[in-house]
Amino acid sequence: MERIVNHPILGPRKDSRREVSFTFNGQRLTGLEGEPVAAALLAAGIRIWRRHEESGSPRGLYCAIGHCMECRLLVEGMGLARACLTPLKANMQLAEGPQLPNEITGRKLT
Amino acid sequence: MTSTSHKPLDLLIVGAGPAGLSAAIVGARYGLHVLVLDEFPEPGGRMLGQFHEENGGWWVGKREAERLVAECKALGVDICCSLSVYGITRTDRHWIVRTTQGSKSAVNVLIATGAAEIPCPCPGWTLPGVMSIGAAQVMTNVHYVKPGERGLIIGANMLALAIARELAVSGVVLIGIVLPSPGPLAGADASPRQQLKRLLGLASLAPSTLLRIGGKLANSLGLAGVALRLLPRKGLNIWGVPLQLRTAAVSINGEQQVESVTLANLTHDGKMITGSEREVKVDFVALAGGLYPLAELAAVAGCPFDFAVELGGHIPLHDEQMRTPLEGLYVAGNITGIESAQVAMAQGRLAALSICGEMNRLGEYPDKLLQDGLADVRQVRASALIQFQPGISLAREQIYQKFRAFQETRV
Repeated sequence: MERIVNHPILGPRKDSRREVSFTFNGQRLTGLEGEPVAAALLAAGIRIWRRHEESGSPRGLYCAIGHCMECRLLVEGMGLARACLTPLKANMQLAEGPQLPNEITGRKLT
Repeated sequence: MTSTSHKPLDLLIVGAGPAGLSAAIVGARYGLHVLVLDEFPEPGGRMLGQFHEENGGWWVGKREAERLVAECKALGVDICCSLSVYGITRTDRHWIVRTTQGSKSAVNVLIATGAAEIPCPCPGWTLPGVMSIGAAQVMTNVHYVKPGERGLIIGANMLALAIARELAVSGVVLIGIVLPSPGPLAGADASPRQQLKRLLGLASLAPSTLLRIGGKLANSLGLAGVALRLLPRKGLNIWGVPLQLRTAAVSINGEQQVESVTLANLTHDGKMITGSEREVKVDFVALAGGLYPLAELAAVAGCPFDFAVELGGHIPLHDEQMRTPLEGLYVAGNITGIESAQVAMAQGRLAALSICGEMNRLGEYPDKLLQDGLADVRQVRASALIQFQPGISLAREQIYQKFRAFQETRV
């Protein structure tokens, strides 16, 4: 999605954050250092961040402020983290939150 | 801050929004050692993404936040961001607050956690591209990334209108604001008649016409008539965004993410007109269900609650001085009821005065200072440009009465 460079009311972004590269599901992308991973992924046009643990249906951003936990994804070295509250770092490796097998129902991942 | 320090803090504040930061400033001015905690990476709370027209200019929340943070820094207030508070317990002398970066002890705790959005589920609402309207606001105005190319807002309440304005000004393309589809979950939110009444009711409350939308609606319809027949099918143009009070969203559609919405026409009393369904292409949808006080931490602390629909839901019991029935536990801002950032700031200042008064830090005339603090909140509330629900002052009075009744039962 489009980045706003100069906001008509709020003005230009004050902090001159440097551009860094990161990966999502192995795909190389760029974003701004320190912005939430959520903003970097959305700016890169990526909205599907997780597969529902049970159903496997696609999930992504919902509340953007840490309340809903919908945006959890895999951050290398951190495990599952909320994309909306995790600052982007150079060379960060991200992957979508995966569907899980279900030990109780016996459902296995195909 | 990794472990419980030996000397408890004078004041620990949960939430670095308008209420929390304002309280920190007043507390520090009277010599308290204050720490402010917040989960978001930067202080300012939801003010960071808010702006609206006021007295011919723009009120910009981000600037207010910067001003408050600078004042906190000058006074030596510690602000810690990017950590979550998940627990609070009381020892015989002070509070222990559990965070993702260790525990902290404090004589006084102010819970200023603000509000969360009321979810409004509809078919397709879990698809990526569907977000709460606050998320669209944060992405656009805080992170400077547009939520999508072309969007629709579902829900026609105060929050939706205020944020629609911000998004339109920021260059985000919105094809309209429509009602949720009728059903048990939407209730009155899906009735054109109820919604119009509600919006007009709010408009008449706002002294300088609520974001001017009240005026616009009133002019288009005539305040007395509330004549829904006159509502154009294609909607009222509000800052270039059609407000369609006779249209409902039936479903949000897409294979892996949002591709379209299905809309349908409504009768005056909110029944769907069969055969009027049509599909409209969008790539994002913002759901606006309104706000409710984010009060879990007060519940964990053991604070009693009361329910007040005008204030947005379950409210920790408190008095007009922002005290809860629990010793050393205070509340301020949206946790006490949904109102504007300006009201939250005044409440924060008052809460800090109460705390300082309790700690004998207010000097020679503590009562005078507290009275001024109370008057400050009342004055800011009376002149508030944004009111989310009618009947706020009366509902607050009832909460204070219940607080008094509760205290009497404990004597």
